[in-house]
Amino acid sequence: MIPLSWYLILSAALFSIGLFGVLARRNAIAILLGVELMLNAVNINLVAFWRYLDPTVMTGQVFAIIVFAVAAAEVAVGLALVISVYRNRKTVVADELDMMKW
Amino acid sequence: MTILFLITAVVILASAMMVVTSRNLVHAALWLVASLFGVAMLYAQLNASFMAVVQVVVYIGAIAILFIFAVMLTRREIRDKGPGLNKNWGIAALVSLLTFGGLAVLLSNWSGFSQPSADFPSGFDAVGALGNALVSPDAFVLPFEVASILLVAALVGAVYIAYNPRSGDNRK
Repeated sequence: MIPLSWYLILSAALFSIGLFGVLARRNAIAILLGVELMLNAVNINLVAFWRYLDPTVMTGQVFAIIVFAVAAAEVAVGLALVISVYRNRKTVVADELDMMKW
Repeated sequence: MTILFLITAVVILASAMMVVTSRNLVHAALWLVASLFGVAMLYAQLNASFMAVVQVVVYIGAIAILFIFAVMLTRREIRDKGPGLNKNWGIAALVSLLTFGGLAVLLSNWSGFSQPSADFPSGFDAVGALGNALVSPDAFVLPFEVASILLVAALVGAVYIAYNPRSGDNRK
């Protein structure tokens, strides 16, 4: 059977890739794609801990389902903001959205 | 079992790399679907059958499709001009590698790092136990209801933000 460490390392790698996407991409939608990768890494950790520590205690899976709900809320509001910004500024490149910069 | 895990891990990480590096955003969204499907395979290997189904239905069926719609609504040309990464991508790569190294060191110092899996109780109904935990007053009914209210509020807010008041005049 696979030890817990493999899941933890996989999820750390996925989190780091998502972090790179958030920091390095220019397009605002691509930044949100990176956020989704990071949330999935968190969910892998939660489900792996549920399975490896005590499968009869459902806390890990319940927490992962709440992460699902929060991810859906985040992506709905985020994409609505991107569409609204695109309508007003005709761009979705994060570097060009600097109207709140002083 | 090990070979299945390794295949899944390669699928997840390779697709995730394509998500953050591919210049065409539609391709990036489709690679995200591949990565999310790999995560669903991982849930199935961890005996979390409900999580695997919810991953496919909610993430691939709703969130990824929403991304593809947003990509199609926010572009003038088919292909973006200019680089896909900003000029600080070297620093971003360094920060990500440091995060991964820091997490790996932190985890390897933890005593439970390489512990084997707990025995899955035979005949244990994990989906039923999850359903009971979500609606039982002794367990998680309050966080569950708060999450539903958050989702409704966020979706109403999303409709309000994306609504264009000027578009109503065009229908006459």
